[in-house]
Amino acid sequence: MTDTPKIALKHVHKRFGHKVVLNGIDLEVGRGESLVIIGGSGTGKSVMLKCILGLLHPDSGSIKVDGEETTRLRPREREKLLHKFGMLFQGAALFDSLPVWENVAFGLIQGEHMPRAKAKEIAVRKLAAVGLNADVAELSPAELSGGMQKRVGLARAIADEPEIIFFDEPTTGLDPIMADVINELIVKCVKDLGATAVTITHDMASARKIADRVAMIHQGKIIWTGHAKDIDNSGNPYVDQFVHGRGDGPIQMQVRAL
Amino acid sequence: MQFLAAIGRTFLVFLTQTGRLALFTSSGVSHAIRPPLFLRQIIRQMVDIGYYSLPVVGLTALFTGMVLALQSYSGFSRFQAEGAIATVVVLSITRELGPVLAGLMVAGRIGAAMAAEIGTMRVTEQIDALSTLSTNPMKYLVAPRLLAGVTMLPLLVLTADIIGVFGGFLVGVYRLNFNPASYIARTWEYLEPVDVISGLVKAAVFGFVIALMGCYFGYRSKGGAQGVGQATTNSVVSASILILILNYLITGLFFSTK
Ligand SMILES: Nc1ncnc2c1ncn2[C@@H]1O[C@H](COP(=O)(O)OP(=O)(O)O)[C@@H](O)[C@H]1O
Ligand SMILES: [Mg+2]
Repeated sequence: MTDTPKIALKHVHKRFGHKVVLNGIDLEVGRGESLVIIGGSGTGKSVMLKCILGLLHPDSGSIKVDGEETTRLRPREREKLLHKFGMLFQGAALFDSLPVWENVAFGLIQGEHMPRAKAKEIAVRKLAAVGLNADVAELSPAELSGGMQKRVGLARAIADEPEIIFFDEPTTGLDPIMADVINELIVKCVKDLGATAVTITHDMASARKIADRVAMIHQGKIIWTGHAKDIDNSGNPYVDQFVHGRGDGPIQMQVRAL
Repeated sequence: MQFLAAIGRTFLVFLTQTGRLALFTSSGVSHAIRPPLFLRQIIRQMVDIGYYSLPVVGLTALFTGMVLALQSYSGFSRFQAEGAIATVVVLSITRELGPVLAGLMVAGRIGAAMAAEIGTMRVTEQIDALSTLSTNPMKYLVAPRLLAGVTMLPLLVLTADIIGVFGGFLVGVYRLNFNPASYIARTWEYLEPVDVISGLVKAAVFGFVIALMGCYFGYRSKGGAQGVGQATTNSVVSASILILILNYLITGLFFSTK
């Protein structure tokens, strides 16, 4: 059993109208592994995560979690499966009608029917784990800075101790110091939980810090995977261009002359 | 030929939209009648719809009742039928104006707010976040609003009926110098239970339609702030039109045989 991958995608296709976004994704994530997915904006990274979570339905292909096919789950079974997952969204996606602590405790109260007082205790503890003190618990999400919102989002994602955590661009839009704080927190939280992690980023510093393994997505396909330490000598021109952030190379941005 | 193609395309769009709305409705209703229910959410929505709409609905009803009395006096006095004023006021208010005006006011107030709130939650990925926290968004967001709409609108309309009749009474007694006791007696004289009941049935239907339109357009909104604005407009316009059409149909059901 040990070699069943935690998550396995095979030939996953997804298009919106005529626009092909995922064009045959093949990817495996091992148990307890931290995989970082790099790739340009709009290449379908978020769409891929949402397909795994079942928020979007792939047009074809197979997505297995713990060896079980998930693409044709009924809503009930899907709900159960999602207990295994935690996700930090690109914009944090905090519920702005609820105070911070209730955001963090949401999965515990609604998903696991824990009494509110107990859930609040845990929420405050989780907030402490991401470096936020108890005063923050009563604030509304709108009163927080971007970095704090990301931290609350992180606390919410880890609150009911998921087996798998997704991070969608956790450091985008943050200053380098706050970005590093978030990176440290991600590494620590994932290690503490012993969770499997998939992180989307185009921040190479973040990728180097978090990743055991790196996969690069381009035009709806995974074009390279390898160990994090091999990323500088991947021998793949696409990866090279991305890692060094060069404008010229095999990846062409569709920019028309003015 | 192009003309025919355009008609065909519009027709197909109409069919898909109707199908989508039908699916959304049946899913929302099935969540609203099956436990578990989110009591906190239901109460919050009930307070929002029932209590906070009271001032605007009350004022509308008051002035409608007043103007009805004034207007029918100026008409009826031409053929010495002033005695019918109290009856005209109470029947118009309970049967038609109470439910329709309250419905339209609440559509503007509540339908718009629902579409804006749910739409914002959609475009900021909060609805996706709900799913990942093992909470069905239809159950958490849509079902409480439908339930609150169906239960609160009749209460609002009942209040509006009383206030509207009272408005007529004020004008009748203080401006047109009717005897108060005989105005009240006239009010009761021809009022039948079906007049009030038909109004309350309309109110329940309108409450459902308002909440449904708010949720539906909010839920499907995309494309940032502009999309949310569009959803808000669509929900108010379609709720208002549906209210007027359904009002006619329900009146037909209740009073056609007489
Ligand atoms: N719900 C949707 N409907 C239509 N198009 C979408 C939707 N979600 C994403 N897309 C399109 O899919 C492409 C990939 O999006 P996304 O996965 O968010 O990119 P990124 O790799 O930056 O996360 C984009 O071009 C986007 O416009
Ligand atoms: Mg993205």
